[in-house]
Amino acid sequence: MEANQSFVNFSEKTSLKVALVGNPNSGKSTLFNALTGLNQKTGNFPGVTVDKKSGFAKLNRTENQEPRDKNQESRTKNEGPRAEISDKSQLSTNRTITVEFTDLPGTYSLYPKSLDERVAFEVLCDPNNENHPDVTIIVADASNLKRNLFLVSQIIDLKMPVILVLNMMDLVEKEGDVIDSIRLSEKLGVKVVGLSARNKEGIETLKQALLQPLPVPQYDFIDIKKLAPELIEKIAAIVKVNSDFAAFQIINNFSEINYFDKHPDKKEKIAAILNASTVDSNKLQSQETVERYKVINRIVEECITHKSAIKTESFSHKLDSILTHRIWGYSIFLVILFFIFQTIFFLAAYPMQWIETLFVSFSNIATQTLPPGEFTNLLVNGILAGLSGIIVFVPQIALLFAFIAILEDTGYMARVSFIMDKLMRKFGLNGRSVIPLVSGVACAIPAIMSTRTMSSWKERMITIMVTPLMSCSARLPVYTLLIALVVPEGKSLGIFNYQGLILMALYLIGFIAAMMAALVMKWILRSREKSYFIMELPVYRSPQWRTVGLTIYDKVKSFLFDAGKIILAVSVILWFLSSHAPGNRLEVIEKKYDSPEMTKMYNEADLQAKISSEQLEASYAGILGKSIEPAIAPLGFDWKIGIALVTSFAAREVFVGTMATIYSVGNADNTQTLREKMQAEVNTVTGKPQFSVAVGFSLMIFYAFAMQCMSTLAIVYRETKHWKWPVIQFLFMSALAYISSFVVYQLLK
Amino acid sequence: MKTMSKNLAQLEIGQSAIINSFTDKHMALKLLEMGCTPGEVVQLDRIAPMGDPIAIRVSGYLLSLRKAEASTILVSLLAANI
Repeated sequence: MEANQSFVNFSEKTSLKVALVGNPNSGKSTLFNALTGLNQKTGNFPGVTVDKKSGFAKLNRTENQEPRDKNQESRTKNEGPRAEISDKSQLSTNRTITVEFTDLPGTYSLYPKSLDERVAFEVLCDPNNENHPDVTIIVADASNLKRNLFLVSQIIDLKMPVILVLNMMDLVEKEGDVIDSIRLSEKLGVKVVGLSARNKEGIETLKQALLQPLPVPQYDFIDIKKLAPELIEKIAAIVKVNSDFAAFQIINNFSEINYFDKHPDKKEKIAAILNASTVDSNKLQSQETVERYKVINRIVEECITHKSAIKTESFSHKLDSILTHRIWGYSIFLVILFFIFQTIFFLAAYPMQWIETLFVSFSNIATQTLPPGEFTNLLVNGILAGLSGIIVFVPQIALLFAFIAILEDTGYMARVSFIMDKLMRKFGLNGRSVIPLVSGVACAIPAIMSTRTMSSWKERMITIMVTPLMSCSARLPVYTLLIALVVPEGKSLGIFNYQGLILMALYLIGFIAAMMAALVMKWILRSREKSYFIMELPVYRSPQWRTVGLTIYDKVKSFLFDAGKIILAVSVILWFLSSHAPGNRLEVIEKKYDSPEMTKMYNEADLQAKISSEQLEASYAGILGKSIEPAIAPLGFDWKIGIALVTSFAAREVFVGTMATIYSVGNADNTQTLREKMQAEVNTVTGKPQFSVAVGFSLMIFYAFAMQCMSTLAIVYRETKHWKWPVIQFLFMSALAYISSFVVYQLLK
Repeated sequence: MKTMSKNLAQLEIGQSAIINSFTDKHMALKLLEMGCTPGEVVQLDRIAPMGDPIAIRVSGYLLSLRKAEASTILVSLLAANI
């Protein structure tokens, strides 16, 4: 075997493309995080909407190094990632290689059944793919080696340079099992590195392994050619393939391969060959799988020594008895959900207060030190108000994603799917819909993207359509503001905070609406396709704080820089709209109040407030708000709310920024927080507070149901590849919101 | 050894069986890939509180699947369980 091996050596290159591939739950992402740390970026794989996570690391050769002086050492450290080392004499002793790691979506095989699997399939099987790696790191869960070796065996048969990482070696050792990795390496013909990504053990060894010559697998794991000898030869004559397995994959997945769209001549030839043949690709793949497992079983038997034949009842098993119990299972799940909402509401309140206070003092400093004028006005009422409105929500987002990351990381989310599947199925959903729906509580965008692992088109489409009804974190600031306005503080039964209860009720309403909408769509959507629920229940593990931290970092970053950009831009545009007016209307108002009678009638502050209020009404924003007022008056909304409804189509949380801008412009006193300003607002017709209980609840219901998020609509388009879906979604959610708000306002008023 | 033919959905909790064959060829592909290959021993680990799905122990890990899916797997009950 070894005699046939050829090696590739990347130590002379300055950059290297490495792909990480592995089964879901193999710890692939943990290893990716350990390899790249915060040096990550998220992009897209071309043509599909699957997230491409890539990260960079600089590797230094530590072997065969001559003693160096300190100057050289510091030089190496200071070099940028793409710096070329010009001095050839130093190449062998002092080298830095920039490695780009790409985290491919988790997959059990190289068959492109789901979108995620298709990405892994395209990147690995097509050498012309722009993401095709120089080296592939296959991450396998060593405590569950048999099934993990299936994907390994397929990739080996593609004859690419691979490193097999046996992850979770700590678990294997704990079980008392022994894996003979030298023997495994010989049997597979690839380099094997055992490590524990969670404990960060063996990461350095893996990095060094990348810099050493790697064996290219030469022999076939299974004799794939015997399954379809003629076809494989015919395909290989048309397309240049590195292995019989690559040709075999073309036979079985021809329609899924984008490559042929660019080569119509080859496409035609292959289509003709496949049409002429009578092979059943389903049967071929079954045969392949059975053959692979036969070899895998032999290898596993030879390379793994189990401590004892009979496994004692494991910790996971005992925990499952409680967490999937008919009473305890659901009770615990409900308690966890309740705990999350109460925590977000109370714990986050403290840092939110600090942020608000900080921005108020910034505004004060700016107003006092800068000369009055257009620039100061823009800075205080446009930019600072907008920034405060963005940053204040970071604590809530961070807390919520911390919980979601912990639930995912411990393996509990899979149990939630397990106990919820039958219930969800009644609504045309799937046990796997629970994760997108629960994630939808944070943000519909990642939630909708997470439906990709669902293989049933119909269930996936329903999940995508109803997920935006779940109360996302962008609604939270709106709810928070409105609840604080119209719901009194205080506790029921001494423990349940009223405001917390209302918040929970809003989440519940969103959930119920999502379920009802799903039920309706279950009857409307027709599909002959069967739905699957075949998934692993991973062993329970303690959560990794690093993963939790990185998730929080990632989400907060994307909120601040993606949503934040829109919010800030809208805030500034709005500041302009609300502080400028057609012609000289603003000056006219000022002149009107600049008379001895007026100054006698009102004191200075009242006069200023009158002017500001009238100026806002005269501004572009006022014109916009007033023009939609007739349509929203039956819901209890005035033109100021009208402005906010229009602007928050950019993103729901813009509502708060808009309110902040409108009220800081409309009122001269800048030190008051927004809530106090809104509470002080008086309805000019009734003379009562504008934000009455009826208006507050009507607005909350409107925000619970309305599709006020351009980003979500865009993602739905990308995921469904059709404008039909986001349009339907927009229309049905808007109608639901309008009708519900109307009913609520008319009942409460 | 005396065996009894059943489908996987008919096992009781704790019972083990050997996989014989599949009745749905598309489902079979997915199940094979997940390590449910003919000759492999499976054990019914637990049933979800609402009676569906079920969790089976196969190839050294815990796999959850719906009863409708499990019923496409034909198995022979191990003698010890009869």
